[in-house]
Amino acid sequence: MVVPVSYYLTLSIALFALGVIGVLVRRNVLVIMMCIEMMLNAVNLAFIGFADYFKAVDGQMFVFFVMTVAAAEVAVGLALIVAIFRNRGTVYVDELNILKW
Amino acid sequence: MMDYVWLIPLFPFVGFLINGFFGKNLPKNVVGTIGSMAVGLSFLVTVCIFFQFLKLPPEAKPVEKVIFTWIASGTFSAQAAFLIDPLSLIMLLIVSGVSTLIHIYSVSYMHEEEGFYRFFTYLNLFVSMMLILVSANNFLLMFVGWEGVGLCSYLLIGYYYEKQSASDAGKKAFVVNRIGDFGFLLGIFLIFWTFGSINFREVFAMASKYPVGAGIITAITLCLFVGATGKSAQLPLYTWLPDAMEGPTPVSALIHAATMVTAGVYMVARCSALYSLAPISLTVVATIGALTAIFAATIGMAQFDIKRVLAYSTVSQLGYMFLACGVGAYVAGIFHLMTHAFFKALLFLGSGSVMHGLSGELDMRKMGDLKKHMPITYWTFLLATLAIAGIFPFAGFFSKDEILLHSLVDGKVIYWAIATTAAFITAFYMFRAVFMTFHGESRVDHDVAHHIHESPPLMTVPLMILAVLSVIGGFVGIPLIEGGHIFRDFLSPSITPVAFQPAAHPTHTFEFGMMIFSMGVAALGIYTAYKFYILVPDLPTIVADKFRTIYDLIYNKYYVDEIYDTAVVEPIKEGSNILWTVVDAKGVDGVVNGSAGIIAYLSAHLRKLETGFVQNYAFAILLGVVVVTGYLIGR
Repeated sequence: MVVPVSYYLTLSIALFALGVIGVLVRRNVLVIMMCIEMMLNAVNLAFIGFADYFKAVDGQMFVFFVMTVAAAEVAVGLALIVAIFRNRGTVYVDELNILKW
Repeated sequence: MMDYVWLIPLFPFVGFLINGFFGKNLPKNVVGTIGSMAVGLSFLVTVCIFFQFLKLPPEAKPVEKVIFTWIASGTFSAQAAFLIDPLSLIMLLIVSGVSTLIHIYSVSYMHEEEGFYRFFTYLNLFVSMMLILVSANNFLLMFVGWEGVGLCSYLLIGYYYEKQSASDAGKKAFVVNRIGDFGFLLGIFLIFWTFGSINFREVFAMASKYPVGAGIITAITLCLFVGATGKSAQLPLYTWLPDAMEGPTPVSALIHAATMVTAGVYMVARCSALYSLAPISLTVVATIGALTAIFAATIGMAQFDIKRVLAYSTVSQLGYMFLACGVGAYVAGIFHLMTHAFFKALLFLGSGSVMHGLSGELDMRKMGDLKKHMPITYWTFLLATLAIAGIFPFAGFFSKDEILLHSLVDGKVIYWAIATTAAFITAFYMFRAVFMTFHGESRVDHDVAHHIHESPPLMTVPLMILAVLSVIGGFVGIPLIEGGHIFRDFLSPSITPVAFQPAAHPTHTFEFGMMIFSMGVAALGIYTAYKFYILVPDLPTIVADKFRTIYDLIYNKYYVDEIYDTAVVEPIKEGSNILWTVVDAKGVDGVVNGSAGIIAYLSAHLRKLETGFVQNYAFAILLGVVVVTGYLIGR
């Protein structure tokens, strides 16, 4: 059975949109980080779908790159969050607003 | 020796550098010796070159010595080069010779002054610049000297800078000279524009192809003459010279009588090739000269400050020189320049000697009967006065008589009438000065009176040398005798005579009659002064009371300074005030401050966008993505 590419893309868009909404509306930095990861994985899914559709391995290769970047990003991001929490005692972004006018 | 002509201005310049950099730590007599030696060496070199020049065959003259190319840009080139011809040699001899004497005099005169080294530094720089001015071979280098002497004049007038009046006088001299210099500069621009060169000889050679009365030549000469009126203190720019007397007396003698102020006359004579082609300019020169001669002479009659009398006398005598140039008698103008340099320097140094003896007193009403206290000063001063009054056989007689003669035969009767009246007045006010200073009864303040003394030899020896020159200086130009006028024969290669009117050849009887007449006029002036100030000492007051209005007018110098203040200075001040308070403070500052204000207002509102709330920024990014994507899709 062949899954049509539109299915992949629909799922990918849905995941990406959920990620965006999560980034924009959630207050917890950890959740925002997870939403970003979700957006990355939505993109990965789109890559896989297209790679299958075009019968090319380029897409799968890009997925590995994205996963590497994501791993690095999480490592740095989590470290930052720990540092922020130690400094400010909170992980809620609406309380981390001292860089305003 | 000709190759070493550059040494002439170099020596004083080296003196300037040494005194300027190290003078503060050197003893006074060393500073004075360096200053005087530097100028003395220049004089020696000049004398050597002069005698060598006399021996040159006529075809080798004039000599041009290029030191280096100063500016070369496209078709424009200016060289640092010297022109050795009779005119520049005469000027070099006068300048370096008189300067040497005045430097020696100054060593003693300025000895008690603070900043002795500063005085000699400026004085040496002045001499260097003046020598460049008179020996340059092109207009631009001449202008360097022209500006240089102006600067030194400013510095030396304001020598006593703690004194408000002195620093004001310095500024006045500088600003008034700028007006003249502007005209001179325009003249140089016009010359380059017309001839494509600024070298004297090239310009004059090309100018000779123009017809008499050509418009451009007239414009050039008039512009140059504006420069001359500024530097040589002619109407209407003469006002700075009387004020320049705030400087030390040797400065008045050197700069404001013998050398710098004659630069304008030298320049007109140097450009005789141009002026001789411009009848209109010549008329202007002669008219301004004649008017200045009589105008300044009348003011001189009613002044009581001895240096101011001499200053107005200088202005008046410079008027004579311009009158001579204006009627085409350039040689007579330069001749009078030379004799005037001797006797006027002597008069100023004499008045300095009087001041020295009277603890700085300048008011002639507080002098009198100094004859027996200061015999050398008295006799030398008297000789100079006889010379300026034009009494045979003193130097001034020959030169002034020549000017009077030429103003009659080459000019108009009105010039001669004015010049003769001015000669009468000159004789009157100069002897008035002599009588008030040296004769009559002593009016000296009591606390000054007991230590009146003759000046030391270092001051009286230059006086005596100048006195000798004032007596014999005129004999180089003996009229009547064929070949007796050595001065004219020597100078003639440098001068282009007026072409459009034939040279007049008055008969000997006529010339002789003129001499007798001008002597008579001078004698009458002397007698009038004698009557006013010796025979009937009350007469001046009576006459002044009788003609109160006229007397007040003259005494207040025709209110020219006041008129200039109201007509020129105050409007400029007012205008500048408006420019400052309205245009600058409101207009220019308004634009600058206003644009800053608008930015500040906008940013005060725009900064509200910076919420510091990370999700707002994320939303902005999303919005951007949507917009860009939407654009790419919908394209």
